[in-house]
Amino acid sequence: MQTALFPSAPLTVSQLTFHIRKRLEDDPALREVWVQGEISNLAHPNSGHLYFTLKDKNAALRCVMWKLDAARLRFNLQDGLAVEAHGKIAVYEPQGQYQLVVNLLQPKGEGALYQEFLRLKAMLEAEGLFDVERKRPIPELPQTIGLVTSQTGAALRDMLNTLRRRLPLARVILAPSAVQGAEAPPALVKALQTLNQQNPDVILLARGGGSIEDLWGFNDERVVRAVAASQTPVICGVGHETDFTLCDFVADLRAPTPTAAAELATQITLDDLHTQVAYLSSRLATQTLGLLAEQKAFVAALAARLKYISPERRIQTESQKLDELSRRAGSALIHRIQLQAARVHGITKRLHALNPTAVLARGYAIITSQESGRVISKVAQAKGAMQARVSDGEFEVKRI
Amino acid sequence: MAKAKSNERAIDELSYEEALTELEGLVTALEENQNPLEEALKLFERGQALAARCGALLEAAQLKVQKLTDETLTPFEEETE
Repeated sequence: MQTALFPSAPLTVSQLTFHIRKRLEDDPALREVWVQGEISNLAHPNSGHLYFTLKDKNAALRCVMWKLDAARLRFNLQDGLAVEAHGKIAVYEPQGQYQLVVNLLQPKGEGALYQEFLRLKAMLEAEGLFDVERKRPIPELPQTIGLVTSQTGAALRDMLNTLRRRLPLARVILAPSAVQGAEAPPALVKALQTLNQQNPDVILLARGGGSIEDLWGFNDERVVRAVAASQTPVICGVGHETDFTLCDFVADLRAPTPTAAAELATQITLDDLHTQVAYLSSRLATQTLGLLAEQKAFVAALAARLKYISPERRIQTESQKLDELSRRAGSALIHRIQLQAARVHGITKRLHALNPTAVLARGYAIITSQESGRVISKVAQAKGAMQARVSDGEFEVKRI
Repeated sequence: MAKAKSNERAIDELSYEEALTELEGLVTALEENQNPLEEALKLFERGQALAARCGALLEAAQLKVQKLTDETLTPFEEETE
């Protein structure tokens, strides 16, 4: 190929670079790229942006991750780490360099895990395992609380401290289990099953924070199904606030952390119970005092009524009547007696007037026959021995 | 009230939940106000004892932690750091 004799006017570097940039950035295949490689030349300046190079055996790719995306990273980057990066190809014109602007970065293999997570989630969701209607209420005041967690983790200590503080009345049954690695899923399943046989009121399935691989056991289909099959309501508190596992979806309640799970399991606390007992006590006292006052008033009312109808009152009435009668009877009697006395007096006076001895005092004498004893009132009767009676005595008289 | 009589147990044998449940039932029964006075006073006395039992159990409560291994329960000793 021959060079033109009279070339057109040359492009400026800027113009050419702009042209290249446009070609690269317009290419749909370069706008959404997943690329895997090993990190090298990692730099994190104060700006908060991250700069590094992704390498494999034969090639290198300059990468930049802006501050906002870098802040969402959940693991520590270091040189040599195999990662999967997602982003778009862009051209940095001042250096004439193309680079990958990374918006997602994850450890290598995580992409496949995430795909598996999504597949399993969709499948179990379609089966209805995550349905809201399946969620059972968490008892407000559990007597027995089951824990499925590591025997040695901070999660256990946090939960026991929380339970001890909030509801020391409870009994806790710990079913220790591996919570990471290949042995975790079967151990978690077994712990859930044996714990269910103890019939606790609620089960806390918990694990402290960790990498996504560390938490992976809680995305295992066997574990998810064991949670779904649990007779006892399950609260899931795995990892941190931002971690979501399939156990979170299938559990009756999701807690952001193990401590929060213990709090959600003890909705009624010791303080609430003290308050409740005090309230019941006061209701009891109020009620009883009220009842007593009521009864007292009732008795008083009855006593008043009883007094009104009491025989005592009748007795008093009758006795008064009797007094009245006897008073009346007495005065009637006196009246009669006085009447009689007056009559007797009259009669006596009259009798007195008739007393013959009164006539004798005036010089009369009464002559009686000694023989017959009869009064001589005619001459013819005057014969034999006679007796003359005068005012002060008697003497014998003879007819001459 | 025959039911309450037959359920009546020595108060110091009752668990917190049992004592509280009985106390709640008893207060409600009292509030329904259909007991003869003598019975009401007996209920009050028992209620006071139940409340005292509840309070004492709350004061004395100590989280009981057991460990379940192969269907066997054993007391669990926390590791101290």
